[in-house]
Order: sequence, then C-alpha cells, then structure tokens
Amino acid sequence: MLQPVADPAVRTTCPYCGVGCGVLATPDGQGGAAIAGDAEHPANYGRLCSKGSALGETLSLENRLLHPQVDGTRVSWDAALDTVVGKLRAVADEHGPDAIAFYLSGQLLTEDYYVANKLAKGFIGTPHVDTNSRLCMSSAVAAHRRAFGSDTVPGCYEDLDEADLIVLVGSNTAWCHPVLFRRMADAKARRGTKFVVIDPRRTQTAQESDLFLGIRPGTDVALFSGLLVYLSDNGFRDRAFVESHTAGLDGALERARLIAPDAAAVAAATGVPEADIAAFYALFSGTRRVVTAFSQGVNQSAQGTDKGNSIINCHLITGRIGETGMGPFSLTGQPNAMGGREVGGLANMLAAHMHFAPEEVDRVRRFWGAPRIITGEGMKAVALFEAVAKGKIKALWVMGTNPLVSMPRADLIRDALGGLDLYVVSEAVADSDTARGLGKTTVLLPAQGWGEKDGTVTNSERRISRQRRFLDSPGEARPDWAVLAEVGRRLGHGRAFAFDSAAAIFREHAGLSAYENNGTRDFDLGALADLSEAAYDVNLPVQWPIPKRSGPRGAPQGKARLFGDGRFYTFDQRARFVAVQPPGLALAVSEAFPFVLNTGRVRDHWHTMTRTGKSQRLSAHRAVPFVEVHPDDAAAHGLADGGIARLTTAHGEAELEVTVTDTVVPGNVFMPMHWGGAFASRARVGALVRGMPDPVSGQPELKATPAAVAPVAYRARGFLMTRRQVDLPEGWWWARAAITGGWGVQFATQDSSRAVALMVRGLIQSEALAGCELAEYADHARDRYRCAVYDGARLVACLAYAPAAERPDWEAAKALFAAEEPETAERRALLSGRAATASAGPVVCACHGVGADVITATIAAGAGSVETVGAACKAGTNCGSCIPEIRKMLAGQTARAA
Amino acid sequence: MATSPLDTRVPDARAETGLPRERLVVVGNGMASLRFLERLTEDCRDRFDVTCVGAEPQAAYNRVLLSSLLGGEVDEAACEFRGLDWYAAHGIRLITGAPVTQIDRENALVMVGETHVLPFDKLVLAVGSLPIRLPKPGMDLPGVITFRDLADVAAIRRAAVQHARAIVIGGGLLGLEAAVGLARLGVDTTLLHVMDRLMERQLDHHAAGLVKRAMEARGVRVILQADTDRIEGDGRVERLVLKDGTVLPAELVVMSVGVRPSVGLAQAAGLEIGRGIKVDDRLTTSDPRIFALGECAEHRGLVYGLVEPAYEHAETLARHLAGQPAEYRGTALSTSLKVSGLPVFSAGTVDTPDDAEAIVLSDPGAGLYRKLLLRDGKLIGAVFVGDIAEQGACKGLIRSGDPIENVDDLMFGRLASEPLAA
Repeated sequence: MLQPVADPAVRTTCPYCGVGCGVLATPDGQGGAAIAGDAEHPANYGRLCSKGSALGETLSLENRLLHPQVDGTRVSWDAALDTVVGKLRAVADEHGPDAIAFYLSGQLLTEDYYVANKLAKGFIGTPHVDTNSRLCMSSAVAAHRRAFGSDTVPGCYEDLDEADLIVLVGSNTAWCHPVLFRRMADAKARRGTKFVVIDPRRTQTAQESDLFLGIRPGTDVALFSGLLVYLSDNGFRDRAFVESHTAGLDGALERARLIAPDAAAVAAATGVPEADIAAFYALFSGTRRVVTAFSQGVNQSAQGTDKGNSIINCHLITGRIGETGMGPFSLTGQPNAMGGREVGGLANMLAAHMHFAPEEVDRVRRFWGAPRIITGEGMKAVALFEAVAKGKIKALWVMGTNPLVSMPRADLIRDALGGLDLYVVSEAVADSDTARGLGKTTVLLPAQGWGEKDGTVTNSERRISRQRRFLDSPGEARPDWAVLAEVGRRLGHGRAFAFDSAAAIFREHAGLSAYENNGTRDFDLGALADLSEAAYDVNLPVQWPIPKRSGPRGAPQGKARLFGDGRFYTFDQRARFVAVQPPGLALAVSEAFPFVLNTGRVRDHWHTMTRTGKSQRLSAHRAVPFVEVHPDDAAAHGLADGGIARLTTAHGEAELEVTVTDTVVPGNVFMPMHWGGAFASRARVGALVRGMPDPVSGQPELKATPAAVAPVAYRARGFLMTRRQVDLPEGWWWARAAITGGWGVQFATQDSSRAVALMVRGLIQSEALAGCELAEYADHARDRYRCAVYDGARLVACLAYAPAAERPDWEAAKALFAAEEPETAERRALLSGRAATASAGPVVCACHGVGADVITATIAAGAGSVETVGAACKAGTNCGSCIPEIRKMLAGQTARAA
Repeated sequence: MATSPLDTRVPDARAETGLPRERLVVVGNGMASLRFLERLTEDCRDRFDVTCVGAEPQAAYNRVLLSSLLGGEVDEAACEFRGLDWYAAHGIRLITGAPVTQIDRENALVMVGETHVLPFDKLVLAVGSLPIRLPKPGMDLPGVITFRDLADVAAIRRAAVQHARAIVIGGGLLGLEAAVGLARLGVDTTLLHVMDRLMERQLDHHAAGLVKRAMEARGVRVILQADTDRIEGDGRVERLVLKDGTVLPAELVVMSVGVRPSVGLAQAAGLEIGRGIKVDDRLTTSDPRIFALGECAEHRGLVYGLVEPAYEHAETLARHLAGQPAEYRGTALSTSLKVSGLPVFSAGTVDTPDDAEAIVLSDPGAGLYRKLLLRDGKLIGAVFVGDIAEQGACKGLIRSGDPIENVDDLMFGRLASEPLAA
C-alpha cells in the first residue's frame, strides 16, 4: 500500500498512453497544476515523457465544452437529458433497441465504461457498443483469445528490465511509449539487452536498435512464420512445454512452411536481406529471455490477429512465456483500453471477460438483474458506422473520442451523421470535429477532463491505477458515469443505476469479475469487491488477477505474470498455436495510387490533439501535418522538402507539408494521425484510409492504404500568430499550433501579398481590433508582406507572407511573439523577418524547450555524447524521448567533422 | 565677444613666401562661412589676408542647435564652434555685429556702415537667408517673432513665460523644432501648417504622420491645412485667426514659414541674381572676383536651405581658392536630421510615382518608418524615420544609379544579424 503523499500533491495517472505512468499533480489553486512523475508508481518510478511532463500546459479551459447544448443552443442538464431519454425511447419504440449504438473510448475511466456497457447491453438492449479501442488493440485481444483462451497480457514491465533480447514489432516505442523505452534502454545499459526493431519505417526506435529489419508493409507474418520454422527445425522447440501445455503446433507449422520455408523465402517476401534475417533468427533462438513487444504496426492491419498469433506462436514453441524477462507483450495505445476490455465495452464482448456463451449471458443477466440483456455480438466500429450511413442506426452516443478524425473513411461518417434521429456527444472539448458533427437532433454533454474526473484505469501490464481529481469541475461538466446512470434511472432502471460514487461502480465491476469465477476466468478482482470508499482512494495501483483470497488480509496481492504454470483459459487449459494466413495487404497499390500510405504518431502529440494541442511545448516538435517521402520518390514526383503535397486515396485527400527522408522506403509514404479540422485545413488521416477490417478482430487496416502524392503549387507561404484562436479564409492551407503566448497558424495561399495586406487592413478596422495599431512591411513587387498588430505596446498578432520558395521563419517569429511587449529591436525583427537574436531552431527537447540550433552549437562546442549535451544544455535530461534525435545529430556532426 | 571695429591690424606674413598676399573678405559668419574658413586655413594659410565680417554679435555658432537651446536642452556654450582665439591664431580678422551695407565692385571695397571700409582682391558672400514673414495683417505686432538666430531664441524665451500660449506657424523642420522647444519650456504650443502634412517636401504622408505623432507626444498640438488669415491684438499679439474662422488665442507667435536667400547686397552691387546669387560650379558669381556659398547661393537653378550643401560649397570653394581643382555639381536632394530627437532621412523622390515600386516598413508605435522607391531595380528615393542608419548607402545609390545588390540590407540594416534560413 502506498503512503499518502503530502498535501496538496495528488497522486494520479497520466491520461495518455497505455504505459499508465503515475503522476503527482500539485494544483496551483488557479485551475492549473504542477506536474511531476510519481517516484513510487511501478510503471514509471518517477519518470514522465514529454507529453506527461507538459500536462500542466493542457489544463486551460480554452475550447472546453462547459454546458449542455441541444442543436447548438445551451440548455439545462435536465432539458438535455430529457431530449436524450425521449429520443432514445422513440428510436427504440420505432426501430427497436438495436437501432441505438454507443461509441466509447479508451480515454474513459473504467467506471464510466462499466455503466455505459451495462446500460446499453443490459437495459437498453442493444449489442452495438464499440469503442475506439477497436482501432487500437482489438487484434491483440483476438490474438490473445485465440492463443490463451482469454484476453491476457502474460507479462509485465519488469520483464522489459530483465530481458536479454527485446523484439519491437510495429512499435515506435521511443516516441509512443517513451517511458517504457527508457526502461528498455536502462536494461541495455545494465545487462546488454539487445534490441531488434521490425518496422517498414526506420523510426527513431529503429535508429536505436542493434538490428533493424525494414520489412515491406504487411509481411510480418512471413517473418515470424519463418522464425517458427527455424525454431522448429533447429532444435529450439521446448518439447516438454509444447507437449504438456499447447495444441495445434503441427497445423501452424505446416502453414508456416508454406508461407516461409526458409530464410531466402522470408527475404523475398519481406525485402529484408537474408543475412539480417539469419541474424535475427540466430539472436532470437539463442536468447531465452526474449520479449516480443508489439503495437499498432501489428494491430492496425487487416491481418492483425494473424500477425499477433504468428508472434505468440514463436513464444509458445520455445516455452518463453510467463517467466521473468520473456513473453509476447502487447503495448497498448490508450490509457484505459485495458479497462474497456475488462468491463467488456466492445461489441464482441459482454462484460468482465465474458462473452456470449449461454451460461455467460445468463450469469451476467442474473448479476445485473437485467432481463433484456443482449445475447450476441454487436457491430464493430467500422460496421457500426457503416450501419449509421445505411440508416440502420438511428441514435448514436459518442463518448470521449473523435471518430470524425480517427475512423477510416471519416468523410463518409461525417456525412452519415445527418441521418441520425439522435446524435449525442459526451465531450470535454467544444470544437473537436466530432463535437461539430450534426444529426437531426444533436446533443452535446459536457464531460470532465483529466484532473477533474475520478476513477480507475488499467495499463498495459494489467495494473489498475487511480485517476484522481485535483481540479474543480468546470462549468456544468459532470462525470460520464453519473450522466449514464441518470439516463438509466430516467429510462426506469432505478435500482440498477443507483450508483452514488465511482467506488460503488468499481465494487460492482469487481464483484461481477469474481461472480461465479472460481479461477475459470483470468479477469478476477474479487479481492477488491468490498473496497471501502477510503480504501478505493489509496489501495491502488495493483495488477490483476487479484482474487478474493490473494495475499494477506487487507493487502491483496496481484499477479505480475500468468501462464508460468502452463495453464491457459481454454477449455483444456492448453494454449493454441494458430495456423495463420499468408501475408498480404488488403489493398494493392495501382497505377493511380502507387504508394502505400502508412500512418502513425509523432513524438509529442496524442490522438487528435484536443489535449496536447494546447501545449506550446508539445506543439513545437512538429507544428504542421506532414507526409514523409523517400528522396527518390520525391525527385520522381517533383516534391520538394518543405513544399506542400496533396495526398490522395480512393476515399479522400489531404494536403501536407513534404518531409523528404530516407526513413521511409521508396513506394511508402507516412503521415501522422493527429491533425483534425480544429488544427489543420485538410489533414484528417481518417478521411484517407480505407480501413479494411481484420476478419477476426474487426480492427481496420490503417497503415496501408494505396495513395497518390503530388505537389501543390501555392503562391505563397506564411504564418499568423495571435493571442486567441482565429480562422483563416476559406481555401487557404493552414495548420494551427499552440505557441508561447497564443496560437500560431502556418498557411499557404494563392492570394497575392496585396490582397492579404488589404484583408489585414479590413480586419484592423473591425470591432475586435478597435484601438489597435498596424505595423507593416510591404514589398508587393516581390510579393512579400509582414505585419504586426499592437494594442498599445502589447503585441496582439503578427503575420508573415512570402513567396512559397522563401517561407518566412516561423521559429524566429515564435520567439519574438513570446514577448508580450516586444522592444523596438524585436518589433523590427517581426517586420523584417530577420532575427533580433539568434533563433534556437526547431525544438528537439520538448521538456526543456531546447532547439536544434542550440544542440548543434553545444555539439560543435565539444559535447561528444548524449550525456555531455544534456549536461551542457539540459536537452534530453528529462524524458529522454529526444535522445535518439540528439544521437543522430551527434552522429551527423561527427561524420561531417571526420 | 565682438572684435573691435577699430582693429586695423594688418597681418604681416608676406615675407614668408615672398608673394603678395591677396586680400580676401568674407561677408557673413554663419556655419558655411566658418567651414570655408576652416578649410581655407588648412589648404593655404598664407595665401590670403582674411577678413570676415558677421552681422550677428557673435562668431559663428551652431544654428542647428537653436531649437535645443530654446528647449533648454543645451546652453549657449554648447552652440559655440570656434573661439576668437582660433580666428586670431589663424590670422583671420573677425568683425562681428557689423552688417555689410554695400559692395563697391568698381573699387573693390566692402562697406560696413560707417565703421569699416574693407578693400578686397577676392570677396566671398556667405550671407545666408532671411526668414519670411507672411504678408498678413498683424505680422508686425509685438509678440510675433521669427526663429532664425540667437537673438530670436532670446526673444522667444522672454515671451515664453509660464502659462503663455504660443503658436508656431510653419511645419518645416525649423517650425517643428521651435514648437518642440517651446513645449519643453512648458508653454502651451500649437503648430500650424498650411499643407496636409508636415515637412511635405521631405516626407511622404506616412513619415509625416509619424513626425506629427512624435510632435504630439512631445506636447505640441498640430493643426494641418491651417491657413492663417490674420493676427490680432491690442498693441500686442492676442490671437490668431485662421481662414476658416477658427480663433486661436496666443501671446506669442513664432513665424517659421521658410527663408529666402539674402540677395539684397549682391543685387545692389549688380551681381546676377535669380532666386539667389547665381554661381557656377566653382561658386563664382557673375563677377569673377566674387563668390557666393551657402543658402544665399543659387547653383544650377537650385537654392539649398540645408547645412550639408552649404558645407560642400565651402569645401569646394576653399579648394578652388587654394588653386586645387574643384568643382561643385550640386548636392543630391537629401535630408537627414533629427526632428527634436527623432531621426529623419529623406533623399530623392518622396512620393511614389506610378512607374516605381515602393517597399515600405512602418511601425508607428515604435516610431519607425522606411520607404524605398525603386525603378528598374535602381533606388530613386528613400524616406526613413526613427532609424536612418542606411542613409549613406541610400544617398550613394540614388546618386550613382547603380543597381541595388541587396534591398533587404538596405531596408532592414546590414548590422542586424544575418537572415535566418526558413
């Protein structure tokens, strides 16, 4: 049990990725908080990544949804819920309850998730409850269930500390799970752990590896089938384990041999040199303590489940599971994807790791007292939104997620919303693409954000931690569970939804997990089913399973690892080898769409930026949406680094800044997933991807859509920096980023400098800028224009415009805009575009705000290692997620010096 | 301060060269005159017996500082250039407080009233210009003062008692400076200008607006397009009435509507006169023994009212009289000055012609303005307010007509750090 920390610091959990780091938040009493890592939390032991460190910058109420709205008009909660309940009843009466759907989120707390799931499946009677976790890890879930009979992550983070080989498959861990990557790096330093990275992109993670296998997209199955064959043929089979605890090896091997009979076949399929494949197989076979960690590169695939099983097969044949330092390890994307899986908030689950076997349905029916409980699976995300488009779903309730950015074919979904009788969005942010969607009746319900809500989350190693409240709830925001319970009560289910606290919900959730369990189900929180309110507040974090009689009384013990005893949750307690399908992408490239479009994260942003987009530090690393293109492809298609390109698929298009880099291979392009309509003109990843679903998990393929890319010739580029958010004219390309002291928008336009100057003149006469004064630099003959708006001495806004080839210096202007009242030299610099002082260059270290130029200068001054650079300028000394970049800069500079 | 008018000492230095020394008389002891004397004594100190006759009671002083003196920023000592000992040490006979009354070309004599008759071999006219008084009723009332010399400053200061209300007529440089000087003394000051912008010959509207703002920041009320109809008062200035009927009460009116070359003496002597005393490229008047320089001279049809061309005249003439090749070809029209602490520069074309491109930088809040006018890649005009660091380069480019190499350096300053890569 943890000791309570000194007031006023509050122990909570980071709201970002599935690592689930402990955070100490010290509220400042003015709506903000100081943020530090929790040294006692077993996920991070005090560390935070750049995103976690900047949480304090994301707490402002700017753009928050603070009051309920019906069709754009503010109403009372009572009126809003009347509308919701009335329309839900009407839809159920007219079209049946299964015309109602819920689309939930891995951002929800377990308690919210639990009540939503219970309401929908138990009492409204619709099976159509799915979640953005479908886009994230449902293939891992399916692979786990096929192999283990349960959705169980066998190992824990400690295994990363204790492994001798870590294989990272489809995971840019250095950027996406930075704190775990630091643990891995520590292991490397301490015990010489080797890293093998398997990814079509040479990511920052790949650049830190001992061996990088740059496979062709979608060929993971060939690589791991080849490994299975190699292990079998070269005497690495753990005969005792395979014979006592598994089934299905022969079938799986037979299929693997067809796919990848030898290293040469694997090389041909994956495009990886045979020698590298041999090196990987030798390393894997010769190292007992091996963890294979996989993430979205595996999951977000039309073949994700098979990819997962091809990995698990290799661990089963060698018996490397359930013991210290080994096992397959799904790195989860979201803070509470695991919690959602636990409550059963997905369309192919019922509740508490129970599915739709008649005895399971009956058990849950009895526990809930829910006679109308559903008896079968509902529609998974892709199908669910297709059903919205087809008019089969008439009422949709979206909670805590932004499908209009993140779902494949998002443009279709946006258009389809118009057919809904009822569209409800429970959301913290007022201007997300999804909150701006419109049904026939649209209800927006203000949700609490991180720091305001109170409940539990589960991280990638099955560890349940508390997210605690340390801020007042703003406006009329309410806990989602309370809203859902109120709807349940208004629908006439008073007893089932009489929850008066998050703890009460957690107790019921834990009770259901233990209900008639007796060790038959992996997910068992029996020891927590009677948790008092006070104990709920302090008794976590803890790993499940944690059955009733685990550990001494008052201090129940969770389990770090499962399956060490060789007992799985299949009917015969044997793990299953899975015979996988041959590798391949769902859609082939064509003449019209010759590129494979890969998607993913950047280091400092999270999902659709509704939170990280508020942080100037996090927005500094990459300020505009971009597409990475190999130099050969760039040359062939006339794309210049920094220019703008139109990326087109059969489903939609985006306009992105070109980054020419050999980290993508020819024929592949990469775009980040983060920029929605609130942050960029045309950069919604969801609009482009086709998202063919995996036949088993239903998870859509988001990382391999055929695409075309072509340059877009804008007349001019520039930026606008303002203290408050402003919109740019229709037809301009733009991308918004938080900057110190306000907002910056980088733009491209076909308008002339004269037209822009005229527009500015018009604006300066508007009421909003009354009393402000315009400073300008205009050279219309050369199509150049810059201006700054002052209210007295206070800089209110500045704009720079130049022919596209010249691109005004954003970094220098950002530094100038940071000053509220710039001095004369700075005012001149704003107009001249020439720095008053040297700019620090693009930010590399987001934690300490250290720019590339500073680091370059530090290296030039003699700093020869990451450590000396850190000692000299602090870069890389906090979260360390920029260390790969620093290392790259070190290498580059050393090479030049040589 | 004044040298005795009876001092008839004749320097006797001919023995050194064995040549007869020519008698050189300089009429006027202003800034142009002094610069001429300085250069002349450097170049050929033994060739001439020099006598300099000034109308004002003091030796040449820094007229540019008059407004600062008026405002109390500097004292009289700061306005002094050369002490009497300097003149003496350089063998220059200086006669001050002595207006020249007549030039007798036939006998080569200069008459100074009843006191002096100065024979000359060569004569230099550096008699400057006279302030203009508007031909309007009431201009001769006590309390209407011009602003041209130390005596005017003294008169203005006497009138600028506490709670006095002053009106300055004329929005040229000198008017602006007088107004600021008055405001600094705590006088309620209004500046009237008949045009729609201040300093219209040197500044475009934007720059003039900045200057106006600077004036207002210094406590001066500025009324543009203010056409004075008359000044009224019972034995003394009491009010000024504009054409539009506006009545402005005032105890003091400072007239600063321009100057005209002082040509009376030359005209009476029968020298060729235009707007000023006509001179050729060696500053020689229609009489080869007589030269003119500074504000009284008209060269190639142009009369200059600024110190820079006057100094160029002085240098040219000094070299010429020293027997060195020297030629004056005119001064490119440029102004660089400080309007009560605000640096202002203008050169070449001021208003943008249709066939030219303007590049403009304007930050009124910071008091900054820069305009460059380009035609076919060549600089034809420049107006700077607030920072005039690149004025030298601009003047050079306008004069030479060379293509501009880097317009950004000209616009933003070479001294600023290098442009950053995008």
